[in-house]
Formats: sequence, C-alpha cells, structure tokens
Amino acid sequence: MGDIDWFPLLLSLRVAGIATLLTSVVGVAGAYALARFRFPGRGLVEAIASLPIVLPPTVLGYYLLVSIGRNSPIGRGYEAVFGQPLVFTWQAAVVAAAVASLPYCLRTARAAITAVDAGYEEAARVAGLHGARLAFTVTLPLAGRGIVAGISLAFARALGDFGTTIMVAGNIPGRTQTMPIAVYDRVQAFDYATAGMLAAVLSVVAIVVLLGVRRLERSAL
Amino acid sequence: MSLEVDVRARIGEFGLHADFRLPPGLTVLFGPSGSGKTRLLRLLAGLDRPEAGRVGLDGEVFDEVATRVHVAPHERRIGMVFQEPYLLPHRSVLANVALAVREGDRPHRRARAAELLGQVDATPFAQRRPVQLSGGQRQRVALARAMAGDPRLLLLDEPFNALDVPVRLLLRRLVRELVDRADVPTLFVTHDLDELRFLADHVLLADDGDITTLTDVASALARIDGARGATRD
Repeated sequence: MGDIDWFPLLLSLRVAGIATLLTSVVGVAGAYALARFRFPGRGLVEAIASLPIVLPPTVLGYYLLVSIGRNSPIGRGYEAVFGQPLVFTWQAAVVAAAVASLPYCLRTARAAITAVDAGYEEAARVAGLHGARLAFTVTLPLAGRGIVAGISLAFARALGDFGTTIMVAGNIPGRTQTMPIAVYDRVQAFDYATAGMLAAVLSVVAIVVLLGVRRLERSAL
Repeated sequence: MSLEVDVRARIGEFGLHADFRLPPGLTVLFGPSGSGKTRLLRLLAGLDRPEAGRVGLDGEVFDEVATRVHVAPHERRIGMVFQEPYLLPHRSVLANVALAVREGDRPHRRARAAELLGQVDATPFAQRRPVQLSGGQRQRVALARAMAGDPRLLLLDEPFNALDVPVRLLLRRLVRELVDRADVPTLFVTHDLDELRFLADHVLLADDGDITTLTDVASALARIDGARGATRD
C-alpha cells in the first residue's frame, strides 16, 4: 500500500476541480442564456455544446488537439503568453476535462432554470428587479439544486475523463497522468493490484457524487 | 392625470379591448372568469404587450404601439399582488419585502420593509421563511412587497381567492386601509360581489374581453343584477 503513487489522484482532483470551476461559470451562464433569451443560432449553440456527450472522446480530443495545438492560433497565443506550449501539459488536461464535462452541467442547469415558475420572475420584475440582480436573486437560487446537481455531474465526468485527456495531454507519469489514465497504464504493465486500488478510489468518488445528485433531485420538489 | 388605457390585444382566439381612464381611489375590475381581467393587469404591468393602442400613467407613456414604446415592468413603478404570492422561498419575509424597496442603502431598505410589515400586521413573522406562513400571512407579505416600491399604481389580481372567508374579510379591510393611507390609484380584480360592495369606489366591468365600462357601485350592481336576470330568463 505504501508504494502506491498518489500523484495521479492528486492531479485528477486538481484537474477536475479547476475544470469544474470553468464549467460552472460557462455552463450556468450558458444555461441561463439558453433558457431565458431568444437569439439567432440558439439551437446551434446548444447542439455544439452538447456534442461532447455523443462524440467519441478520442474524436473530441482530436478536435481539441487541432484547436489548441502548437500551430493553432490558440496554441500560439498561449505559448506567446506563458512561454510554453499548452498541449501535453496538465493545463491541457484541464481544457479536455472542461470541454468533455460542459454539457452535463449546461443541460442539467438549463432544465432546472427552465423549470423555475415564471411567476417568481414576473413578480420580481414588477417589484423592480432586472438583469443580473434578477438572475442572482431569483432565478438561479430557485434553480439552485438542479444547478448543483449539474455541477456535480460535471465534476464526476471531469474526474473520469480518459480519451479526450490522453489525446491532448498525453500519458506522462508525474506530469499529465491522471487517475483513469493511470488505471490503463497499470493494467498495461500487469500491475493489477494498483490498477484495482485506483479503480476503487475513482468508483467511490463517482458513487458518492451520484448519491449526492440523487438526493438533491429528490429534495428539489 | 392618472392611468389612461386604450388598448387592444389578442391571445389566441381571445380578443381584449380596454378603454378607460382610472379615477383616484379603489376601482374594482369585476367580471366572470375568462373575461380578460388578468390579461389586462399583465398588460398594465408591462408583462405582456398590446397589439394596438396606448397605456400611460401620469403623463408618462408605458406602451404606445404606433411609436414602439414599451417600458419594462421594473421601470414602471407599479405595485402588484398576484393570485399566488410568489415570495422567494430562500429569503426571509423581511428580505422579500426589502428587495422591492427601490431607494436607499441596505439598512434603510430593511427599515422600510419592517415598517410596511407592521402596516400589514406581519411583524411577528418578519424573520420567518414564506414556507412557514399560512396563505393569508403570505398575501399580507405580498401586499407589503407591492407597497414597498412606493407605487404610482397598485394592481391586485384576485389576491384573496384561495383564502378562507374570515381571512378574506380581514384582508379586505387591510387593503382598504393601505390604499387610503398611500393614496394610490388601485385596480382590484375580483369576481366576488361581496368584495366589490365592500371595496369599490368605482367599478370597471369586464365582459368577454371588453373592458370599457367604468361606473359607480350602484349602477354596476344594477347592471350585474340585470345581466344575471337575463341569464336566468
């Protein structure tokens, strides 16, 4: 037990944590816009944001690799600012986890916001609230449980990402090797004991998140 | 000055035509269900838009279809009580009312909210959450919230429908007191004749989408009696 390398777990928690922060901000803001505003291309935005659910993770990873690679405008911009390429770093793993988990947060939060009784917002609007104050005082708190459920699902998805991450961040032990990749790596090396340990830890985290989400959804009504 | 309305709107098959000038005091908007009362209030609050015509208050244009003017609900400074209280469940009663106070810093808004809660006899439950209140208590709080923005116009949409008769009687009196104290022109929707008799200074009759007849209480009662007699015959 003492020989187990906990770096992948710590890296996974860091990557999933930061990815979830990004996903929460973009996902909840996007969910609010999709639920409450009509604008041209709304359906297209929603479809593109949902793509990570249906695309094979390696395909998503390929697109990301092309988008943030050293020859892409984003990759070049990143390198100019930070002095190193983005791909094959733990930061690239954050990007992969964030993109792969975004639709889980976005779709769940959108459903929760859509389900908020419009009467609360109308009463608040007549009472003088509007814009961001209306969103933060009325709509988002009323959709709060659904939003937290969506963020939790996104965290679980980010923690478990394999295919997208390995495409853009690789499998560099001690640098970009997250938990799911370490499981794969250990199995390749016939180290089933460590693989089993890591798999068990990931499974426990996933089950705890699912139970939490279930509880939130039940108490929402 | 006061509220001037001359609008047409269509919702599916239902057509609404309202043309009146609201007098000072409390006007009861009376008519059966489906006669356009709630629709009219939503238009006046700015929650829906008319298809044609104009709504103005004290010389300010709220809606004018010809010139594409539409003032958003939060800019109208109107107090409204809906059939449901729609109090925020995650905020205290006091915070719910304080949110609607438009001027001053936080302590001032809370002090004003506490004062209004006193006026509707809701001080004892100011710190509670709405879910801990009875239906009547919630509508008292909704009344306080409607008054919190110092409204230029008060709209009440059958606010006591879901309540027991003794509570309704109590709240009717409360509304009368509030309106008299604030001296704010008020439109009170009901289809309850007792409520009309007790509250009305004037009566606006709603009849199948036509809201153009503004009259005194005695004439309104005579017309309503006549209409019911005709239905019976």
